[in-house]
Amino acid sequence: MHAMHPARDQARSAAGASGGGPARPGPADRKTVLEPAEIGRALTRIAHEILERTDGAADVMLLGIPTRGVPLARRLAERIEQVEGHPVPHGSLDITMYRDDLRLRPARALGRTEVPPEGIDGAIVVIVDDVLYSGRTVRAALDALNDLGRPRAVQLAVLIDRGHRELPVRPDYVGKNLPTSKQEVVRVLLTEVDSQDAVIIGRTGSST
Amino acid sequence: MNRHLISAADLSRDDALLILDTADELARMADRPIKKLPTLRGRTVVNLFFEDSTRTRISFEAAAKRLSADVINFSAKGSSVAKGESLKDTALTLEAMGADAVVIRHSSSGAPHRLAGWVRGTVVNAGDGSHEHPTQALLDAFTIRRRFGRPLGEALDGLRVTIVGDVLHSRVARSNVLLLTTLGAEVTLVAPPTLLPVAVGAWPCAVGYDFDAVVPKTDVVMMLRVQQERMNAAYFPSVREYSRRYGLDGTRMAQLPEHAIVMHPGPMNRGVEIAADVADSARSTIVEQVANGVSVRMAVLYLLLGGAEAQA
Repeated sequence: MHAMHPARDQARSAAGASGGGPARPGPADRKTVLEPAEIGRALTRIAHEILERTDGAADVMLLGIPTRGVPLARRLAERIEQVEGHPVPHGSLDITMYRDDLRLRPARALGRTEVPPEGIDGAIVVIVDDVLYSGRTVRAALDALNDLGRPRAVQLAVLIDRGHRELPVRPDYVGKNLPTSKQEVVRVLLTEVDSQDAVIIGRTGSST
Repeated sequence: MNRHLISAADLSRDDALLILDTADELARMADRPIKKLPTLRGRTVVNLFFEDSTRTRISFEAAAKRLSADVINFSAKGSSVAKGESLKDTALTLEAMGADAVVIRHSSSGAPHRLAGWVRGTVVNAGDGSHEHPTQALLDAFTIRRRFGRPLGEALDGLRVTIVGDVLHSRVARSNVLLLTTLGAEVTLVAPPTLLPVAVGAWPCAVGYDFDAVVPKTDVVMMLRVQQERMNAAYFPSVREYSRRYGLDGTRMAQLPEHAIVMHPGPMNRGVEIAADVADSARSTIVEQVANGVSVRMAVLYLLLGGAEAQA
């Protein structure tokens, strides 16, 4: 079986680490599909869509999935606050212990789960992640939420939807739909983690 | 990380930090309404206890259950061991029952090491004779790091830890010396000469006989239990004399630096190695140590059992 989240895992390896694999790193193999300004516009649009769909985001809580979902959730919260004038609670939701591929690789370090003090009961929780691919991360996130309480509704916001779903998962807010082949690797870089904003698409010889 | 956890010496600095950081994340779960994770669903953890224990067994049981593992408790009393079954036969029986991990407490030093050669699953040492008790050392390191407010990823560099008392019979002391040194702490042992092991010179720590001389220069005091059940000779003239020279009472505690903390692995002999008012003071971490024990053991079980089986 392939690794479930090649995009996420690639994204987790150090920024700019292009050597080491069988791929031929070169400008032809890596293409920037979103520039910093485009990422900013996509997030602004998502923030407005959240406001429209949730009647002013009164009960909304944004929970980012580590690593890169967390700064994305924070940026969305800032944008909603700029428009609406009230703060939006945001935090992080680590899904490591809920993954379905834990036994396929050595145990990994945990991320941080940080739920705002008001708790998720009755809230409209928007799960935020960088790339939506197989949908397995989202399934794990739904399980993790279930152990934290009972939200009124759960929605999903992603910066990139690259297709190839393996589970019946559908995003509510999408920054950019990016048709890809399974051999390609999508990496989201964010200033908070990678000291630059970009979405890059690359090609690997074999996706392992 | 190794497949088993037999000795604190098996852990590199990175391994130990990974365990402490993981435990830190897991500790945050303690105030959630549902204190359970699905991670070890379908895995079986056997608690194999040949020696009496309350806190360690319950702690391991709680840790395994919070990770959704199935737990089988086995104590030597009332089992086939009482009929003379050997450790190996017991181990093979457990193996046949499909144990993924065996948590073993045994009165003989080295029993977990032998067991690891007989079973396919992971072996976790929960205390063997006067040899080692690695998870106790991990929870002590975790407690120290928290009390001194050190963030994730940081070790115990520069902290001065004094371990006082019956080092000779103490598995806690040996594991702590090994682990705390790995994590960068400076460890000093203080004990009457009769209660120090012969080979203590080879341990990576300082040794002293005068408690009062060390007290003002220590950040952490770890009091060891006087293990009367393992003492088959007169190691000190009288309990009163031991208590006066090596016990921690209010007067001695007053000589500690203001930020210093007092630890004890339990169970305590109040009035022997530690005075009741010291044990109940705000500096004492004794109750915290128990609570932290569950988080640390969850981290150990997760890291040993949660992923794919490590190669060799």
